[in-house]
Amino acid sequence: MIITSIESVPGKSIVEHFGLVAGSTVRAKHMGRDIMAGFKNIVGGELKGYTELLNDSRSEAVKRMLTQAEQKGANAVINVRFSTSSVAQGAAELYVYGTAVMVE
Amino acid sequence: MYDLIIFLLLVAIGYISGTIAERRHYRSIEKREQEILSMPLVSLKTQPRTGRTVRESRLVMGSAVISIDYFKRILAGLRNIFGGEVSSYASLVDRARREATLRMAEAAKGADLVLNCRVETSSIGQSANKRKMVGSIEALAYGTAIFYEEAG
Repeated sequence: MIITSIESVPGKSIVEHFGLVAGSTVRAKHMGRDIMAGFKNIVGGELKGYTELLNDSRSEAVKRMLTQAEQKGANAVINVRFSTSSVAQGAAELYVYGTAVMVE
Repeated sequence: MYDLIIFLLLVAIGYISGTIAERRHYRSIEKREQEILSMPLVSLKTQPRTGRTVRESRLVMGSAVISIDYFKRILAGLRNIFGGEVSSYASLVDRARREATLRMAEAAKGADLVLNCRVETSSIGQSANKRKMVGSIEALAYGTAIFYEEAG
């Protein structure tokens, strides 16, 4: 499965469009990470736990999008976009969407 | 009284460690930015006409969550009273974005160029939904890495 963030797959031509596919997850962090983050909020710097958490959940969202694309019979997803929104305190929604296509 | 002492202690800790961490981070960012100079990260959607054939293209991304220190948060709180540029947050956002962009570039190692780079920012964490407070922000950078066929 090829994923790109542009409107084509370079070097290949699109033969069929299957429409929009999307995947999302809502994740909450756990207490241990929260305490560490609270400490880091005083000293500043990178919150590694959060970075890791968001990366994991983002790949989960991408996986869901790919499953959906596979079901439609696509072999590539183009024009992929990411968006993040915090839905509740301590929970973030990670949303990824793109266009499923067949390329040759 | 104790509250005041704790408050001042937090401000002092925040100031010292925050400054050290920021300086160290900027040094590392600048060093790594030098290393990736040979790989252009562009926001164009189409590739420049080079006449070379593309071997592979794939999505690459990188993200970083950076938190502000206590001292700067107080500083920004004061800024909310007087107005004007909040320079203490400017460095926070700048660091997060550049770090995310660098991680994207590192994920695209070996690529000839990265097309359609986009950077997104969102505030997350404890204070994300509280008014007038930004605790930590996440920057996400993503793009399409293009690998050309070897010339000749």
